[in-house]
Amino acid sequence: MENVTRRTYSMVWLWLIVLTAIEVFLGYIHVPLAMMLVSVIGLSIVKAVLIMVYFMHLKFERLSLILTIVPAMVVCISLFLLFFPDGFRAFSLKAFR
Amino acid sequence: MNQTLTTNWSGGVSPFGIGHKKLGMWLFILSDSLTFGALLMCYGYVRIASEAWAKPFTFSPSIIFSTVMTFCLLTSSLTMVMAVAASASGERAKMVKWILATMVAGLAFVVLHLIEWQHLIAEGLRPFSVPAEWGANASPMFGATFFAITGLHMLHVLSGVIYLGVTAARKRATHEDVEISGLYWHFVDLVWMFVFPLIYLLSIK
Repeated sequence: MENVTRRTYSMVWLWLIVLTAIEVFLGYIHVPLAMMLVSVIGLSIVKAVLIMVYFMHLKFERLSLILTIVPAMVVCISLFLLFFPDGFRAFSLKAFR
Repeated sequence: MNQTLTTNWSGGVSPFGIGHKKLGMWLFILSDSLTFGALLMCYGYVRIASEAWAKPFTFSPSIIFSTVMTFCLLTSSLTMVMAVAASASGERAKMVKWILATMVAGLAFVVLHLIEWQHLIAEGLRPFSVPAEWGANASPMFGATFFAITGLHMLHVLSGVIYLGVTAARKRATHEDVEISGLYWHFVDLVWMFVFPLIYLLSIK
């Protein structure tokens, strides 16, 4: 918290809004589903990192806490993305809508 | 290396350098993210295993509506860090005001979300059936995943609003308590950062 000013928080918030706007814009121009999946997941991970690092002050915690929380979060995010790569295979197996 | 060990792993009474309450909240956040992770994994599985998946959300008004909801939640995270910053500098009155702003934004999210639910239910979406217009072979599991994931998230937002209200009302709440309620609130925001694209943006008509 030491080095974070209210201005930094506002900038982080602004970035979160901009990244969300990009995601929504990609939906608006109807990017193909596979591209859409990869790009929104990528952008969402960036947003999650911004929230954890600045809003949840993880950047300013002791290394031991960071090393406990971050790998667990990485595993959790990997867990729920587990089946999506199979979706790409599914495209070639059937008419996938 | 040795210095890293002694500064960061020196253990003693407080190996993580934070109070037991804050560590408890972090551990809760880890277990809760696994709960949401499991639900989102089920969603991925069901969606990929289904022959067809409904894409009911029109860009206007559905996606615009849920984008406004996302905006409410993101803004509530900003007001929450402002509350924590005010509490850090000992300005209690300011802290209470920021927390109230956070609660208003959180409640706005819940109200908007319920309006959206009401529209979908009026269209004929049920936990185990989808409206016939959404496609002849559209998986009926759309409703189950939608209501389970967004419902559990909405429950988290509601309990967060109550939790923040209690924190703001308690005269004896310390700075650490405010910070911990902030951690919970940001986590709820964090979950939505994944729910919004996966549930809404991947199902645009």
